[in-house]
Amino acid sequence: MRPARTHVLVAVDEEARLSGVEQVLTALHQILSEYGLSEEVRVVETGTLGISGQGVVLAVYPDAVFYGRVRPEDVREIVEVHLLKGRPVERLRLPTAAPVARPGEILGRQTRIVLRNVGVINPENIEEYIAQGGYEALAKALSGMKPEEVIEEIRRAGLRGRGGAGFPTGVKWQAVRSAPGPEKYVICNADEGEPGTFKDRLILEGDPHRILEAMTIAGYAVGARLGIIYVRGEYALSIRRLEHAIRQAREYGLLGKNILESGFSFDVEVRPGAGAYVCGEETALIESLEGKRGWPRIRPPYPVTHGFWGRPTVVNNVETLANVPDIVVRGAGWYRTFGTPTCPGTKVYTILGHVRFPGLVEVEMGTPLRVLIYELGGGVRDDRPLKAVLIGGAAGAFLTPKDLDVRLDFDSLAGRAAVLGSGAVLVMDDSSCIVDMLTSILHFFRHESCGQCVPCRVGTDLLVRLLAEVRRGEAGPEALRRMVEIVEAMRLGSLCPLGQSVALPVRSALENFQEEFLAHAQGGPCAVCHAQGGRA
Amino acid sequence: MEKKAILEKFPRSPDVLLALLHALQRANPQNYLTHEDLELAAQYLGLPLSRVRDAVTFYTMFSLKPRGKHIIRVCASPNCHLAGAWSVLEELKGELGIDVGETTPDGLFTLECTSCLGVCGVAPVMMVDEEVVGNLTPLRAREVIRRIREGG
Repeated sequence: MRPARTHVLVAVDEEARLSGVEQVLTALHQILSEYGLSEEVRVVETGTLGISGQGVVLAVYPDAVFYGRVRPEDVREIVEVHLLKGRPVERLRLPTAAPVARPGEILGRQTRIVLRNVGVINPENIEEYIAQGGYEALAKALSGMKPEEVIEEIRRAGLRGRGGAGFPTGVKWQAVRSAPGPEKYVICNADEGEPGTFKDRLILEGDPHRILEAMTIAGYAVGARLGIIYVRGEYALSIRRLEHAIRQAREYGLLGKNILESGFSFDVEVRPGAGAYVCGEETALIESLEGKRGWPRIRPPYPVTHGFWGRPTVVNNVETLANVPDIVVRGAGWYRTFGTPTCPGTKVYTILGHVRFPGLVEVEMGTPLRVLIYELGGGVRDDRPLKAVLIGGAAGAFLTPKDLDVRLDFDSLAGRAAVLGSGAVLVMDDSSCIVDMLTSILHFFRHESCGQCVPCRVGTDLLVRLLAEVRRGEAGPEALRRMVEIVEAMRLGSLCPLGQSVALPVRSALENFQEEFLAHAQGGPCAVCHAQGGRA
Repeated sequence: MEKKAILEKFPRSPDVLLALLHALQRANPQNYLTHEDLELAAQYLGLPLSRVRDAVTFYTMFSLKPRGKHIIRVCASPNCHLAGAWSVLEELKGELGIDVGETTPDGLFTLECTSCLGVCGVAPVMMVDEEVVGNLTPLRAREVIRRIREGG
């Protein structure tokens, strides 16, 4: 087979499937073969290309031309005009500012480590992962490094948990390695439930082998033989791709008994959840894995000593694990050239809402919020004024235009660092109503509170009622003061981060948009509240 | 499928409870778990019935009430809210003549809300059984319902 002259990358993720990517692919293969181009032009089905809200997205390399909203009837034009005659089809072309990196390169302000292969390789083909250096880290660890040396490399790299707490991964692994017990486990937390967050889904769909490789390395480092991926029950495509990847890895001897003839054995299972936000909390997740209701455990003891079935367990987030293979291959020194001294590496975000180019991006730790919204997101849609940014999903914080220069890393955000975990950046223009948004958030928490501890169970309900009164114009400033007291009590008294984190959106909304809340308290629902059904 | 055959696909270990319940619920045309299902699961895994009920009542994906042939789940999280999910939900309530959590008298539809489905790029979205439908408007949501009705 001749090497292909041109590559057409087709994003096949959940969003593309909704937009009819299957029909586009059928048309593409058929028309290419009609023109005898099947060998010259290689069609690669890959994960997301980082572009959201644009239907079926294709990229043509080496030209680096991106097409969006491609329908089956557009394919003939792309083949005839672009692939045959070399002229891009302008009417389908996406703006070049779209947040997309060329394979292996840094584009604009993006730095891709975690997403290196997402949108580049076919996630259903293990050989493409291997061709990009996949499983090299595992081979290096198993053949030339002691478990302690792997942990030391991760520790020196300064990798911190991307789930939100920012806990040093190397320290966690060491704790599990040192904990006594005949059986240990590695759990990948893929129960991504924070509203507006779907980076883990895109990593799992776009590069599933990276997670399997990282879990196997973690298993070798801590002395575990079983890894479990707890993934949201709703993530059908992720589950299918992971199961497929596990089968392939077993066939290649990269999972199972005596991996790469090293004497080390490790296997991975996928377990779907059943729809409970609180199961993203690691002890609730473990309870759920044991077949129980997902009630968070009282800590200490922590999972590193008493986790799954009461045994030492590593629980790492998808994005955290996705960093591991590159650190093992290239070393801690290389990793530390990215990000800040205390938060090395990168962070993945999903940029959404009233922004010109919604999508998935990866930037160095410490990148200012302004860069995310104005450079990568292309700024506010229709050039409207920016009103607020909700960063971190429902358990996130409302920021305002004066916060645009805040640097996004665990230290600069200090008390609000937990919002980094989700990576959701929801941009709101001046047409949004913050009272309405907070109502939606509080309804979410009331529904998802697991009901185990009193501050959270009662607090979330009280907050919904109080805000409804404010919104109907039936309560004054004293109701707002009570809301602040309640979230403070929840922050101090709740058992797990769910109840504790409600303080973030409530306080930041009330502090930054006090006048808007007072106006509702005095004058009743605004025009936006009415348009949204005035849900009370 | 025979219930016994479903059970036997799973090892007798309590940690498979959720997966086993998912399978039993899927096998029921009315999309719910009967008392008999719970007893079977408890017996098979050697768990007290109370422990199985305890788990079932916790997770939103399980139901103890008969549900419609099709389950419509509208995403109610902040991002879809910002994109107008509320008007979609109102339209569906009107078109189906039921409130959230109810089933139409003909047994065809159950209307539910769901938390974020992670496809925010095409907000607002809903799930129709296993399929996600995005970029909704009230009109488009109504069309989806009518198409299912016509298709039986």
